[in-house]
Amino acid sequence: MKTGDKDNGLVRELSEEKYRFGFTTDVHTDIIDRGLDENTVRLISARKGEPEWLLEFRLKAFRHWIQMPMPQWAHLDIPPIDYQNISYYADPTVKKEGPKSTDEIDPQVMKTFDKLGIPLEERLALSGGVAVDAVMDSVSVKTTFKQTLAEKGIIFCSIGEAVKNHPELVREYLGSVVNYRDNFFAALNSAVFSDGSFVYIPKGVRCPMELSTYFRINAQGTGQFERTLIVADDDSYVSYLEGCTAPMRDENQLHAAIVEIVVLDRAQVKYSTVQNWYPGDENGRGGVYNFVTKRGLLRGVDSRLSWTQVETGSAITWKYPSCVLQGDGSQGEFYSVALTNNWQQADTGTKMIHLGKNTRSTVISKGISAGHSQNSYRGLVKVGRNATGARNYSQCDSLLLGSSCGAHTFPYMDVNNETAVVEHEATTSKISEDQLFYCNQRGIPMEQAIGLIVNGYAKDVLNRLPMEFAVEAQRLLSVSLENTVG
Amino acid sequence: MEMLDIENLHAEIAGKEILKGINLQIEAGTVHAIMGPNGSGKSTLSNVLSGHPAYTVTQGKVTFKGKDLLSLPVENRSHEGLFMSFQYPVEIPGVSMTNFMRTAINEKRRYLGLDPMSPTEFLKLMKEKRDLVKLDAKFMNRSVNEGFSGGEKKRNEIFQMAVLEPSLSILDETDSGLDIDALRIVAEGVNSLKTPESSALVITHYQRLLDYIKPDVVHVLYAGRIIRTAGPELALELEERGYDWLIKEFEEKNR
Repeated sequence: MKTGDKDNGLVRELSEEKYRFGFTTDVHTDIIDRGLDENTVRLISARKGEPEWLLEFRLKAFRHWIQMPMPQWAHLDIPPIDYQNISYYADPTVKKEGPKSTDEIDPQVMKTFDKLGIPLEERLALSGGVAVDAVMDSVSVKTTFKQTLAEKGIIFCSIGEAVKNHPELVREYLGSVVNYRDNFFAALNSAVFSDGSFVYIPKGVRCPMELSTYFRINAQGTGQFERTLIVADDDSYVSYLEGCTAPMRDENQLHAAIVEIVVLDRAQVKYSTVQNWYPGDENGRGGVYNFVTKRGLLRGVDSRLSWTQVETGSAITWKYPSCVLQGDGSQGEFYSVALTNNWQQADTGTKMIHLGKNTRSTVISKGISAGHSQNSYRGLVKVGRNATGARNYSQCDSLLLGSSCGAHTFPYMDVNNETAVVEHEATTSKISEDQLFYCNQRGIPMEQAIGLIVNGYAKDVLNRLPMEFAVEAQRLLSVSLENTVG
Repeated sequence: MEMLDIENLHAEIAGKEILKGINLQIEAGTVHAIMGPNGSGKSTLSNVLSGHPAYTVTQGKVTFKGKDLLSLPVENRSHEGLFMSFQYPVEIPGVSMTNFMRTAINEKRRYLGLDPMSPTEFLKLMKEKRDLVKLDAKFMNRSVNEGFSGGEKKRNEIFQMAVLEPSLSILDETDSGLDIDALRIVAEGVNSLKTPESSALVITHYQRLLDYIKPDVVHVLYAGRIIRTAGPELALELEERGYDWLIKEFEEKNR
């Protein structure tokens, strides 16, 4: 059996090279016992020192959740999840002895984010400046540039901190976009959520730097249930980035997040994600279950919200960043690249709900499937009775690499106003042998050729990303497809 | 010195034998033309030399600059100096010419153990080579061959050839679908790239292209074999008399 072990080591080394974020950090982490009941909810709330109203919010959600079945409608094969075998709170900032220190960060944690390319020291930030909220497991370990931003009246902190320092804002908006009754995972998140980011951009303020949150799962046997809330007041602007990675493990880890965005009159929000949770190994073992509810409420007139996502990670993705276009003249956009390889499954898309007059939405979705993966686009365009002059354009393209993978498109339309114009286009294509041969003949080897062609295919979406993210996304698309043809 | 030496080359596609024993030697600094009727195996020969995966070599040997060509992967044949101008250049949506050429150049440089080309040097090279085939700067931002006219596609092929400076260029039916102006631009491009160290293999159905690119040797390919090799006067004779007389001669000889 010795040779077998050696081979496994080799395979592991190779796949680790492909997923270079697969390391674990050895840091003392306070993890609560596995299992979920009302006491767990109370314990989390107590750990976070929350006010009574928030505990009530959580308990209501929990009592609703326990009566709900797992949703089955997605084109996904989800193995049974034992919700009693997950720990719902893990805090890597608690010292072994003595009280929790807020100023000092464990050097191991600092090192982790360094290794991930996320500098937590302001002097090391990328030129142009990106403010970072770094979340490891259930806790925000540091938020940078808080002072600089505060000078403009911008609030950027963990949601836990916002509950303490800006309770009126959190209370007004939390759950106002995604109700805890919305769906199974939204109810679960509302019951047990831990840190994510809170952003408030005051009236008339253009946020001078990109804001970002980096989510890292580290502890074993835990789930991550982050909650992010962004409020853009009248005439404001913010661009927000989100990145995520996790260690390589044989177990599946659950990540069930909620992101709520409120956009007021003439405000504009750009939300970009590069999702690179551990996707599992080439045999489909391990990987993160990414079950996320993201939604923006465009309350204000002429408000704008743009979602851009590059999804390369996770064993299973269930995610539909959506826009509720309530304000007259509001505009929603969804640009997505979803790549699945090996045994990954993705069911992702968007909902564009047109309620206000002259509302517009654009959907560009690019799916890429390789290996034995299944990749679905699911989208709803709904036009309400009063949404006179609503317009939607959707384009859903699928690219197949190889013959064992699947690509599916599930577009739904529900149009209740006869002045609405709704367009949908869909294509499915393969990388042709002739395209590859052409590249090879010019001296470009197979893997680089595939990377080039796939990046070209996804260009319309990648172009929407901020510069630093676009470069990382391009690299990710190429790396995620290594060894797909040969 | 011999640039290319093809010995008894047999090749098939989908189980059907197309090349049935090709013998051909090309010296450095010479231009060879391969002519022949449709279906004689002209495009198969260029695809086999450049390594298209759909074709299988069943017999024979090809030596390129002293190396066993058939054992090299497609990209290394390119790095060693073999270039093929495609009859039907394929479109690659979303991949800009800039990105494509930079990748091609730097892969070659990596193969040769050189550092990537500096952006300044790259832009200078692109301009110089574009001018050869009269393509403007906007061309570099367009996706590879996407929405190109027939003439633009062929000029793009010669542009890439100029950039990669191959030792052996195979021009596969480069004249097909070209009007006379485009043909002249393409031919002038090819002629200006001629050096005493580089060779060309011009594959064509018609004499027309050979008015502009003067061959040293003309071969006639028929039914997977070379049935006649002669000087440039052969092309003119074929233009006048067609292929039938040659085919007849060949078939009588082999009866």
